[in-house]
Amino acid sequence: MGALFSFVVVILLILIAYVGVAAVGMQSIFGTVVPYAAVLIFIVGVVYRVIKWGKSPVPFPITTTGGQQKSLPWIKQAKLDNPSGSAGVIGRMALEILLFRSLFRNSKSELRDGRLAYGSAKWLWLAAIAFHWSFLIVLLRHIRLFATPIPSFVSLLENLDGFLQIGAPRLYLTGVILLLAVTYLLLRRFYVPQVRYISLASDYFPVFLIVAIASTGILMRYFFKVDIVSVKELAMGLVSFNPTIPAGIGSIFYIHVFLVSILFAYFPFSKLMHAGGVYLSPTRNLANNSRAVRHVNPWDYPVKVHTYDEYENEFREKMINAGIPVEHSPAITPEEEEKLTEPTDDAEIPVGKE
Amino acid sequence: MYNGGKILLGILIFLALATFPFYNNIGKADVEPKPSIDTPAIQKLSEKKCIEPTAFMKAEHMVLLNEWRDLAVRDNNRVYVAGDGKKYTISLQNTCMKCHSNKKEFCDKCHNYAGVSPYCWDCHLAPKEGK
Amino acid sequence: MAKLPKPEQLSKVEYKLPGKRWMNTPVEFKEGMYCNGTRPDYLETVDFPNPRKWAPSDEDWKLPENWKEIVLNGMKERLEKYRSFRLFMDICVRCGACADKCQFYLGTGDPKNMPVLRAELMRSVYRRYFTASGKMLGKLAGGRELTLDVLKEWWYYFYQCSECRRCSVFCPYGIDQAEITMIGREILNLLGLNTDWIAGPVANCYMKGNHLGLEPHTIKSNFEFMVDDIEEITGIKVEPSFNRKGAEILFVAPSGDMFGDPGTFTCMGYMMLFHELGLDYTWSTFASEGGNFGSFTSMEMGKRLNYKIYAEAKRLGVKWIIGGECGHMWRVVNQYMDTWNGPADFLEVPVSPITGTRFENAKSTKMVHIAEFTADLIKHGKLKLDPSRNDHLKVTFHDSCNTSRGMGILDEPRYIIKNVCNHFYEMPEDTIREKTFCCGSGSGLNAAENMELRMRGGFPRANAVKYVQQTHGVNMLANICAIDRAALPTLMNYWVPGVDVAGLHELVGNALVMKGEKERTQDLRLEDLPEKEGAENV
Repeated sequence: MGALFSFVVVILLILIAYVGVAAVGMQSIFGTVVPYAAVLIFIVGVVYRVIKWGKSPVPFPITTTGGQQKSLPWIKQAKLDNPSGSAGVIGRMALEILLFRSLFRNSKSELRDGRLAYGSAKWLWLAAIAFHWSFLIVLLRHIRLFATPIPSFVSLLENLDGFLQIGAPRLYLTGVILLLAVTYLLLRRFYVPQVRYISLASDYFPVFLIVAIASTGILMRYFFKVDIVSVKELAMGLVSFNPTIPAGIGSIFYIHVFLVSILFAYFPFSKLMHAGGVYLSPTRNLANNSRAVRHVNPWDYPVKVHTYDEYENEFREKMINAGIPVEHSPAITPEEEEKLTEPTDDAEIPVGKE
Repeated sequence: MYNGGKILLGILIFLALATFPFYNNIGKADVEPKPSIDTPAIQKLSEKKCIEPTAFMKAEHMVLLNEWRDLAVRDNNRVYVAGDGKKYTISLQNTCMKCHSNKKEFCDKCHNYAGVSPYCWDCHLAPKEGK
Repeated sequence: MAKLPKPEQLSKVEYKLPGKRWMNTPVEFKEGMYCNGTRPDYLETVDFPNPRKWAPSDEDWKLPENWKEIVLNGMKERLEKYRSFRLFMDICVRCGACADKCQFYLGTGDPKNMPVLRAELMRSVYRRYFTASGKMLGKLAGGRELTLDVLKEWWYYFYQCSECRRCSVFCPYGIDQAEITMIGREILNLLGLNTDWIAGPVANCYMKGNHLGLEPHTIKSNFEFMVDDIEEITGIKVEPSFNRKGAEILFVAPSGDMFGDPGTFTCMGYMMLFHELGLDYTWSTFASEGGNFGSFTSMEMGKRLNYKIYAEAKRLGVKWIIGGECGHMWRVVNQYMDTWNGPADFLEVPVSPITGTRFENAKSTKMVHIAEFTADLIKHGKLKLDPSRNDHLKVTFHDSCNTSRGMGILDEPRYIIKNVCNHFYEMPEDTIREKTFCCGSGSGLNAAENMELRMRGGFPRANAVKYVQQTHGVNMLANICAIDRAALPTLMNYWVPGVDVAGLHELVGNALVMKGEKERTQDLRLEDLPEKEGAENV
């Protein structure tokens, strides 16, 4: 149901942009107002969300340790999976963010004749890393439309991305990989029963949206070609706050831009914020050195405790009889004990309840 | 523990990256490229017309050139029949560049602007041009 | 009590998913899968709200009128107090990598035991009440009204999670269901919704110093039995001291080791080791619990119970602390104690008086794990060991969840085992170290009334033990956790008969050659050592 709903929403978004541009002629809305609004929402929204996370403290050092701790000098520490200092944490976070280390651990379990077997399961990792890295490269490649002169790293990326020199314009591998990977991630939501069971509309929506974005991008580059020079004029107008709408850019471009705008605006309010959240995850970004360095809880407060004196008051006689040393020795007589139960200077803390 | 400093630093890095296209363009005037068709060969033409209509050439020239390469190099076919029935020799240097002898003012203008780096000149010799 | 099905039936886990969406599938309380509700007096002892008689199967849970407000306020407060909580509510992408990593899912096939869905039980409420999209779009944004059914579902499933953190190892963002369960339970406790099995030990520990409620003289007499047994086995009379001021070291163990097999064998191992070293140490009857069922209740309760360790160290004037073999105790010591009740500036940085090793890794808490301490001794050749005394044992090692994923003490115990046993075999890679499976009874689930849950939750662990039993003839499951020692024997009996359970220091005690000891013919269980028995018969 969530899937169908999300699919319909994405189709509607496409239609809105198409009708808006092709029939109503609102190029300036879809080419300037919407992208501006989307970028603003994106930037402000992301900052807002991160600050909101930052406002909640990390009261306890709850590192998930994924390997041998640092203890005795001759025991080999798993420095990246169980870091004991900043260098290790940086390494662990880098592995996590750049290579999806934890997801790489993924395994698959299977129950056969009452026996559980575990096998390697790297497809999710492969699709995820292919998806994220190609998305990043695709995004960076788009800088060519927003900068003059074009930074050299962008040209380098383009050359690498198109190094197979298939067709003209050259086929970018990342575009294809992105579409394949996101399709895999979508199909997995359909066909892996557990994943289908847990999926919400908000899981399908970004996937459909990204499928549509990648598809319109690819269509516009290879099939319904738009005039790239005009597109860059429009883009440059946006980033230099001097928006222009060059004539003659095909509707597919506006559809593409509209979908991207929706993605940007949707980003801060959705699970897509995992991109920022992963940096803040306390099980990953803390060193496991909490026995060596004291971690301070900013909202720590005194708690009611049962003190030793209260304990001894209750068990003094039994302790003395058992030969266990006590603070108040010799044994207190019954009269004294009676006194003790009354609030006196000696025993201002009441004896605990039974 | 809040790690406020680190979070703030992260936010600043995010802002720096996300707004790069904006501040990168401060004070830079964007000049749309106007490819020049002012060459002696074109001047001599009675009808200033490429082998196919301009709109087609603008959008599809890379596809056309790619086809030409395949026809010439792989199929040894050196004749191109245009939409209007006219025949042209399939040759980048002898057909295209004969008129468009100003690569820098014609090809490179848009290619540089849009960040396109065609690999025509990996094999072909670029026409000699004065600066 | 529910009748426990036979292993053959239980091992046929159905991973089928209901046709209905999970949000529309109300919780069904299955007997054998949950613990009893808390008795009122336990809650009264520690001043917890809403003490009353209730049973989870009751229609009416006797909640305060404004229970919904209490829950939502409780959530709000914790969202502001814990970055982990807010983050884990926000960033899950439901990739499903955690789904089959949970032993309770693997053992029950109940989709709500997938860590992701266990979290969604709370996340759905979070979205409905704490996010703009959920407030506006409700169900469409994955939001869900907080109803009594939802609350019951929380209780049922947050007490089917052993806070083992296995999901957290596999999650690409490190989302830790243990953290969500802990906070969930904390919120449930605002309404007096604990289990009897957790609240009882908490009350005991608060008043008497240990979960079992052993009073000081009882502790002492329990130790006398153990001392007698040691004398019978070795001919040596060890002399443990209690509450002794001026000792160099305070030793704190889980109280399970003071009472009941096979924990007591581990305890005997501690005492023999310390005696042989001539260590200047004392036990405490007040801080007689290393474990902390309070941490299964709320952070505050955890702190209230944990307080005793430093308080007692200060009162007795010791220099530093050694901690015994216990799982969640070490999660608490490693990740919470110093923050809760530190700084322990009245103690000194631990230095082994035998080897001179300075335990830099514990320089702030001043508390050293006994496996670290013993491994250091062995490495320095300070112990005379005869591993052949463990030759009747084919040993495998069960990493406890908390010591693996909340600390990382993995190789110290292995080093010790390899020095005190000749036959050691690892279980399959996916079931040990940071990927270890829970015994199925952690975080206060080791009651009797939820036996089916425990056997199901322990199924993956038992399965791995069965594998090494069949391939290597393993007959002893070693561990460094008191809950393991209490729970695993039952689990082994059920799934893998023929495998016994021992603490690490029981094996050390067996192998330890003590000065002036008589020829050993028995192990610490007072069972005849096979080859020695043969020798005597000649």
